[in-house]
Amino acid sequence: MEYVLIIISAVLINNVVLAQFLGVCPFLGVSNKVNTAVGMAGAVTFVMVLATIATYLIQTYILDKLGIGFMQTITFILVIASLVQMVEIILKKISQPLYQALGIFLPLITTNCAVLGTAILVIKKHFNLLEGVVYGASTAIGFGIALIILAGIREHLELVNVPGAMKGVPVSLVIAGILALAFMGFTGIVK
Amino acid sequence: MNQLQNFTKGFFRENPILVLVLGACPALATTSSCFNGLGMGLATTFVLLGSNVVISLLSGVIPDKVRIPAFIVIIASFVTIVDLVMQAYVPELYEKLGIFIPLIVVNCIVLGRAEAFASKNSIYPALIDGLGMGLGFTMALGILGAIREILGSGSLFGYKFIPGDGILVFILAPGAFIVLGYMIAFVFKMRKA
Repeated sequence: MEYVLIIISAVLINNVVLAQFLGVCPFLGVSNKVNTAVGMAGAVTFVMVLATIATYLIQTYILDKLGIGFMQTITFILVIASLVQMVEIILKKISQPLYQALGIFLPLITTNCAVLGTAILVIKKHFNLLEGVVYGASTAIGFGIALIILAGIREHLELVNVPGAMKGVPVSLVIAGILALAFMGFTGIVK
Repeated sequence: MNQLQNFTKGFFRENPILVLVLGACPALATTSSCFNGLGMGLATTFVLLGSNVVISLLSGVIPDKVRIPAFIVIIASFVTIVDLVMQAYVPELYEKLGIFIPLIVVNCIVLGRAEAFASKNSIYPALIDGLGMGLGFTMALGILGAIREILGSGSLFGYKFIPGDGILVFILAPGAFIVLGYMIAFVFKMRKA
């Protein structure tokens, strides 16, 4: 039951982009087409779960043991950056189709604040490893849902006559605002 | 380019948020009031200033192939300094900005300036660039925060001057997206005119 609560809360109620404002850059950057949005969502899910596991283990067994919690930011960003690099190399070797689908998104993920943010939040909320993984995965799914919905809307937007100054980023931001308003309707499902 | 232009480009021509649309996450998340927005902006300015100066000093020493990881470590060190200092001296603001202080490390503006400017210029222009970009970012956050605070709660810096409840949605998440969207559209219109 606890896990169900974590999933619902992370996917719908505290949606990572629309309620917590993490990962807005890729949210605006790769939401032009549904296909690329799906690829990005897949890559983020993959990296976020791995990053949550890696950073959790490092925090519990290295930083906390040695009492050097203040090194958290530096350690986490380096771990995530190397992890992304490693995933890229491994994918290239073992699965060409997967690499072609996710490859171009991987370098972008290092600077995706949703990944680092989730890693830090898992520590802050004092989750155990399994809860952390569930939280990481559902956060990534929430990111994917928001991204794919926005991409779907933006594809239709191509056919609409948007006023000159609102073209591109501004209109996407306003749509994201309306989406956030819709997602606020989920507040209160979980106490 | 003279130093004055170098300084002012961060405010208007190349404003990180309103023109380049970099670093939107903290801009949206921390501007529920003008004060929080300014606090976040100043924290980022300090990191930008420190990392720009150190990176421009070390640009001859860092090998080209590992420059990005090296930049990230330098930036992360300054973020840790800000994190600890704010936790000690302004605990209330630190609580409100929360996770977005450590997240300055993945703010695209900081790494962007390191890569595009500081690593190619000497210390003095890098310092001016960091200061200008940082204050431009602070200005944008301050304006965004002020608009949201006035519309959302009818007050500015906590001083209430419009009676009534205000339009709550502007303090909440959707308001951030909508106000920033219209601000960028407004700046775009001004630049074209």
